[in-house]
Amino acid sequence: MRIAVCVKQIPDPATPYELDPDSHYVVRPNDQVLDDTDRYGVEVALQLAEATEGSVTLVSMSPSGNLQGIRQALAMGADKAVIVDDESLRGSDSLTTAKVLAGAIQREGFDLVIAGTESTDGYTGVVPQQVAELLDVPSLSFAKKVELAEDGAVRIERQTAAGYDVVQSAVPVLVTVTSGVVEPRYPTFKGIMQAKSKPVDTLGCGDVGVSPTTTQTIQAVEPVPAREAGEIVEDDGEGYAKIVAMLEQVKVI
Amino acid sequence: MTTWVFSEETDGAPSAASLEAATAARAWGEVAAFYVGTGNPAAFAALGDHGVTKVYHLDPGDALPSAAAAAAMADLAASDAPSVIMFSMGSTDRDVAGRLSARMGATVLSNAVALEVDGGSVVAYNEILGGSTKVATKAESGPVIVVTRPKAFPAEPAGGAEPAVVAIAMPETGHAGSAQVLSRHVEASEGPDLEEADVIISGGRGLGNADGFAMMDELAKLLGGAVGATRAVVDSGWVPYSYQIGQTGKTVKPSVYVACGISGAMQHLVGMKDATTIIAINKDPEAPIFDVSDLGIVGDVNKVVPALVEALKARS
Ligand SMILES: Cc1cc2nc3c(=O)[nH]c(=O)nc-3n(C[C@H](O)[C@H](O)[C@H](O)COP(=O)(O)OP(=O)(O)OC[C@H]3O[C@@H](n4cnc5c(N)ncnc54)[C@H](O)[C@@H]3O)c2cc1C
Ligand SMILES: Nc1ncnc2c1ncn2[C@@H]1O[C@H](COP(=O)(O)O)[C@@H](O)[C@H]1O
Repeated sequence: MRIAVCVKQIPDPATPYELDPDSHYVVRPNDQVLDDTDRYGVEVALQLAEATEGSVTLVSMSPSGNLQGIRQALAMGADKAVIVDDESLRGSDSLTTAKVLAGAIQREGFDLVIAGTESTDGYTGVVPQQVAELLDVPSLSFAKKVELAEDGAVRIERQTAAGYDVVQSAVPVLVTVTSGVVEPRYPTFKGIMQAKSKPVDTLGCGDVGVSPTTTQTIQAVEPVPAREAGEIVEDDGEGYAKIVAMLEQVKVI
Repeated sequence: MTTWVFSEETDGAPSAASLEAATAARAWGEVAAFYVGTGNPAAFAALGDHGVTKVYHLDPGDALPSAAAAAAMADLAASDAPSVIMFSMGSTDRDVAGRLSARMGATVLSNAVALEVDGGSVVAYNEILGGSTKVATKAESGPVIVVTRPKAFPAEPAGGAEPAVVAIAMPETGHAGSAQVLSRHVEASEGPDLEEADVIISGGRGLGNADGFAMMDELAKLLGGAVGATRAVVDSGWVPYSYQIGQTGKTVKPSVYVACGISGAMQHLVGMKDATTIIAINKDPEAPIFDVSDLGIVGDVNKVVPALVEALKARS
């Protein structure tokens, strides 16, 4: 099975990011990491590839100067990576991102595309669905479990507000996974060494047939008045009494 | 101008978020709903009551509806020309929003907590960085697809009449529409519905293990509340996903939110920071949850909560 995994590189969430006051673009610190959400997608892909003697290709729209996050995923065991980097893609909306990813995936060929349910920094949660529509394949979203059915179809447990649905589709298909679906592996030393020599293709917009257009503009960025912190007390065995008093004050008891 | 509101059937009724969206949209023009589900007169009447004058009804049967719904909506939009198409954060909502966007070449404004619609001009506000920063984004051309966060607008009935209902046939979508729902599973939770509850007792990894939730249940029962959780504990399998509060879970606005052993990560805060009163119990005085709490107890949940339960029992 040929599996493409959409992986996003994001600024390390541990170092807070800012918006450029003029362009309103995210000022990306140099250390890019693999979005934690996408580690789950990579793990699912590796397990399915192992079960089917298949291949795993990472696809990312990302500044190619720093591929730390991509290397992380290659070190986990992915076979190769395709990066689309183009100056004109700065500040792209979700649809442009999806066109780029779909173009790159189409170019590689695929049976299964895996993406995260939503990214940590953008969290639009619509990029994978746009990719699926552009590739004209079904999308099985919000998977908390992914398995292969007897006939090679992909079967998932799809989280719903009430519980979950079991949903199935023949390939080619796109699946979005939630965290918790699997336990992502840590790269081994051998994996990290091998990752250095794995192929990484870098493409521009033209290679994937996309010409970006401006569809939305940020007009203003303003701070939201912070909620004021109240009283903080050390529990001395009587902390519960403070809570009782507060519940009385707000008339819950 | 016309606004469309996407509505996925939930327990035989329109999704709560679609009634919220209809309430907001009727302030700036006509509202039509695109309703996906079996359909019934009471559900359509509820939409009408919230200002919807026309319902397009698609019954997908056992097909996963996203591809068919997007195709049908794109077809209808060609003649109906809605200026704004509103979705919420539900998984089917976002599936259809994404597919429709690609089909129509329309941009998506995501995570909206407020909207300004004036003629064809649409500005959506969304909050980033855990709700600390608000960003206003304007769509350059229509139709504009907007994905709103739940509870961004209050749902208020307007006493509207029964809407006209137009049945929409399942469009031919080939392989893209071939995914099937094989079975549906409801993971029952006790007590009041999390999204409606006035009091929420919420547990995080600080509870130590799944057994800690017995304590949460007991406290919730005493206060007539519902039990919620962080993603960390849902991912660990301590409670089902339906308990999850936050960015990828439910958005709640109770009178009282009691956070037990929860650090207060950005993605959790966006789901609960609008509670009227927040009480937190955490052993780490530096935990970010204390920054938004009205009352913070620095202590061990396994001591504070049982003492609280005893005190409440003694009163009743
Ligand atoms: C894209 C994305 C979406 C996400 N969506 C969500 C979401 O919807 N909802 C959500 O909740 N999270 C979400 N998260 C995860 C979020 O970032 C945090 O990882 C999660 O909220 C942490 O859960 P927690 O507070 O239970 O655990 P931790 O962060 O591990 O916190 C546990 C806390 O318990 C305290 N503690 C430990 N022992 C005790 C004790 N005995 N007594 C008292 N306190 C104790 C600790 O001091 C600590 O503060 C998302 C993350 C991403 C990347
Ligand atoms: N720039 C990108 N490069 C690769 N994958 C992406 C990119 N943006 C989004 N994705 C994929 O789409 C998922 C959802 O992202 P989003 O729609 O931004 O919430 C992510 O988890 C990724 O799998």
